[in-house]
Amino acid sequence: MNTSIIESRPDFAAIAAWIPQGSSVLDLGCGDGSLLRYLRETRDVRGYGVEICDANIATCIGNGVNVIQNDLDSGLADFEDQSFDFVILSQTLQATRHTEALMKEIVRVGREGIISFPNFGYWKNRLQIFNGNMPISKILPYQWYDTPNVHLCTLNDFELLCDHLGVRILGRHVMNDSGDVNLLPNLRGSVAAYRFKRDV
Amino acid sequence: MSGFVGIVSAQRATFEEPLNFSCGKVLPRYELMYETYGTLNADKSNAILVCHALSGHHHVAGSYADDEKNIGWWDNMIGPGKPIDTNKFFVIGLNNLGGCHGSTGPSSIDPVTGKQYGSNFPMVTVEDWVHSQARLADQLGIHQFAAIIGGSLGGMQAMQWAITYPDRVRNVLAIATAPHLTTENIAFNDVARNAILTDPDFHGGDFYQHEVVPTRGLRLARMLGHITYLSDDAMAGKFGRGLRSGEYKYGYDIEFEVESYLRYQGDKFAAYFDANTYLLMTKALDYFDPAQHTEHNLARAFANVQANYLVVSFSSDWRFSPDRSREIVKALLHNKRNVSYAEVTSQHGHDSFLMQDEQYFAVMRNYLERVAEEIR
Repeated sequence: MNTSIIESRPDFAAIAAWIPQGSSVLDLGCGDGSLLRYLRETRDVRGYGVEICDANIATCIGNGVNVIQNDLDSGLADFEDQSFDFVILSQTLQATRHTEALMKEIVRVGREGIISFPNFGYWKNRLQIFNGNMPISKILPYQWYDTPNVHLCTLNDFELLCDHLGVRILGRHVMNDSGDVNLLPNLRGSVAAYRFKRDV
Repeated sequence: MSGFVGIVSAQRATFEEPLNFSCGKVLPRYELMYETYGTLNADKSNAILVCHALSGHHHVAGSYADDEKNIGWWDNMIGPGKPIDTNKFFVIGLNNLGGCHGSTGPSSIDPVTGKQYGSNFPMVTVEDWVHSQARLADQLGIHQFAAIIGGSLGGMQAMQWAITYPDRVRNVLAIATAPHLTTENIAFNDVARNAILTDPDFHGGDFYQHEVVPTRGLRLARMLGHITYLSDDAMAGKFGRGLRSGEYKYGYDIEFEVESYLRYQGDKFAAYFDANTYLLMTKALDYFDPAQHTEHNLARAFANVQANYLVVSFSSDWRFSPDRSREIVKALLHNKRNVSYAEVTSQHGHDSFLMQDEQYFAVMRNYLERVAEEIR
């Protein structure tokens, strides 16, 4: 089960690689809890997920994952300042409405934040737009009229937001279907994971 | 598939050791009515205690041989294959002290006077109940519960257990409950109490000797309570502005369907429930506030809690709103306890916790399956 999760979500491997044994983790938009379960089983991580969807709540509970039902766009008021080693937001940033506010909340609650998101600047996305259509891919499977994604960005855009918010980037891991991307990441990477903290 | 626990019978536990109450009074001895479903395993680690709410009792599931229509109040939740699965757990339901279903209460005979306790019965708190329940657990040889489960006032008892006896409960399932009542809730309770206290048949609580029952007060108290357990939407959906005869009669008899329903519920309740018990239960609700000892800091009140928690609230429950459940969650998060929180979308108001609902039952079932796995 563990390896299949990592295979199906390469960003999980990148995220997990940054998390030391025994850390405390808050996973925002934790879905069915598979990342938290993976981190618990492989890294003895103590954590909680935040999730809005009813079916995912029941599944997380069945997986023995602590989950708090909450809408991320209403903030993280239940969580205290600097109360987690890591606050993770995997493949959810683009679907949040109050993205800037949530970024601030992540660095308030977590000593570090980890975010993964689809890179809208990926060349295949650019090509589709060049050809006159909104991009549709495995990572962005929706039509423009039914997508939950309201805040798509490129790597450059995300880094500008971090700069604007006084957030220091500690690490970046860019991937595409063929593996890790080091050269021209904003063009060649389909997914990126960032690790960052509040600049004190 | 989900099954029925079948025919059950109530049992009576007797406690000869005096019980000290928070109010300073003492009961020299007391009895608790209880029922059990399922089988206690060899190491007595699969016991679940179900705590009841304001008008509940020990008949939680199944029915009686001599009264087959008398189905337990949480039968939809408890049974073989149901979320509280009696194939896996040994489930205990009891009638709390001060109750009117067989446990020692205001209508019981005081051995000192030979008359009903009435106004002499001690004011009982959630903490007192937990102490009395712990003695029942002792008698059954259960040191630690796999889970203690309760909705509303029952959830308060479950939470108090985890505070008073942190090593005696592994999981708390706190449903549609709150860390203390809101001002508005206390106000509703006081109106209900006043309905009873001002009934001429109440006689200061000693109506038994006068061979009358303050049914008018009890009926009003129940009617008021019933309104607050439902939601505006649920009542509108059920009754609307429907008229029994289809037209205005310009009088004070029953006209609107909702009046008919409330009066029926009030009459039914007043026919069997004890007025003193109603008063005691509402006061226990009002008094519950574990943070009163920790400068109103709930996180500190929970500091010694060891139990894992499942907290469940219902979207339309305005008496025990989701925000109140979030206070519980927040205090547990502060203490880094294992906690999951589900906010179930339901239109049935506070009563939702007694209703069958797919999401609610999935959450309960999944959580308790994990609890059962821990036992094995």
